[in-house]
Amino acid sequence: MIFLRLFWEFFKTGLFAIGGGMATIPFLYDISDATGWFTHHDLANMIAVSESTPGPIGVNMATYVGYITGMEVAGIPTGILGAVTATLGLVTPSVIVILIIAAILTNFKNNKYVGSAFYGLRPASTGLIAAAGISVIMANILPTTDAGMIFNWKGLILAVLVWVFSNLVKKTKKWHPIVFILISAVAGIVFSMG
Amino acid sequence: MRKLWELFISFAKVGVMTFGGGYAMLPILQREIVDNKGWATEEELMDYFAIGQCTPGIIAVNTATFIGKKTKGILGGIVATLGIVFPSLVIISLLAGVIEAFSHLEVVQNAFGGIRVCVCVLIVNGVVKLYKKAVVDKWTLAIFILVTLGSYFLPISPVIFVLAAAIIGLLIKELGGKRK
Repeated sequence: MIFLRLFWEFFKTGLFAIGGGMATIPFLYDISDATGWFTHHDLANMIAVSESTPGPIGVNMATYVGYITGMEVAGIPTGILGAVTATLGLVTPSVIVILIIAAILTNFKNNKYVGSAFYGLRPASTGLIAAAGISVIMANILPTTDAGMIFNWKGLILAVLVWVFSNLVKKTKKWHPIVFILISAVAGIVFSMG
Repeated sequence: MRKLWELFISFAKVGVMTFGGGYAMLPILQREIVDNKGWATEEELMDYFAIGQCTPGIIAVNTATFIGKKTKGILGGIVATLGIVFPSLVIISLLAGVIEAFSHLEVVQNAFGGIRVCVCVLIVNGVVKLYKKAVVDKWTLAIFILVTLGSYFLPISPVIFVLAAAIIGLLIKELGGKRK
C-alpha cells in the first residue's frame, strides 16, 4: 500500500528532520534511494519549485513528492491523495511532540538536557544537509554530457555567478532566492542546459 | 467553532504569505497573531518560535501547533497546523500537475537544468548559514565533518546520525562538565 508507506516515510522525516525546511532534504534523498519513487533529478527540481512558491519549504517538498508519487498510481486524483498523505505524515510528529511539550514542559527551551542534545544535533543536521548538497552538486555541476569535457562548464560558470551575486555583491545578495532561480531558468533556456 | 475557523484562516494566511519558511515567517506571524488577533504577546511568540526550532519537524508547523494549542486546546493545535499546510497543498498540487504535463518539452528541461545549478548554490548558502550557528568549537566541528562524510559515503539513514548526534551532544555536555 503505497499511501501507507508514503505516510510512514514522511512521518520519519517530520520526526527526525531538525532545524527547518532544508533539514528535510537529506531525508528526501534517503526516500529516493530506498523507494525509487522519484530520481535525484526530480528532487532538485522539487527543491527549486518549493523555494519559489508560498509556504514553508519542508511542507511544499512533502506535498510535491507525495503528489508525484501518488500520481503514478492513477493520475491526478491519487496525486492529490498522495500530496495530502505525505503532508499529514510530515506534520503528525510535530503535532504530537508540540502538544506533549505544551502540556508538560513550560520551560522546554531552557531545559539543560534539551540544550545539550541540540549542541550535538545542530552540527549533525548541518552535516546531513552538506552531504545532500554534495550529492546535488555531483549530479548537476560536475558531470558532463559533452564529449571531451571533464565537467559541465556551463553549469559551473552559472554556479559561480549565482554564488558571487548571492554572497558578495552588496546590491544583489539580499535578493530573494526566487530571483536567482528565475534568472537561472532563463540562463538554462538561453544556453540549453537541460 | 468560530475560533477554530479563525485559527484555520489566520494560519492559512500566514502560509500563503510565507516564502521559504523559517525566519521569513516571523514578521508575518507578528502581524497576524500578535497585532491583528492578540492570541499571543510578542514575547510569547518569540518563545514559541524558539521551541519550534528545537523540536523535531518544520519550524513553521511547530509554531502554528503551539499557538493553536494555547489558543483553543488540542483541537486548536490541529486546526492551526492544517491551516498552515493548506495553501501548500493547493498551490503545489496545481503546479506539480502543470509541470509534469510540460516536463517533456525541451525548453522546460533546459530551464530546470539551469534551476538545478541554482539549487546547488542555494543549498551551499544554507549550509554556510547553519554552520555558523552550529559549529562553535572543536567537538561540533568534529561532529559536522564526521556526519558530512559518513552520510555522503555510507548507506546509513539520516535517522541514525540524528539519534547518535543527540546522544553524543548529551554525553559531551553532561559528562565533559563544559557548561556555559
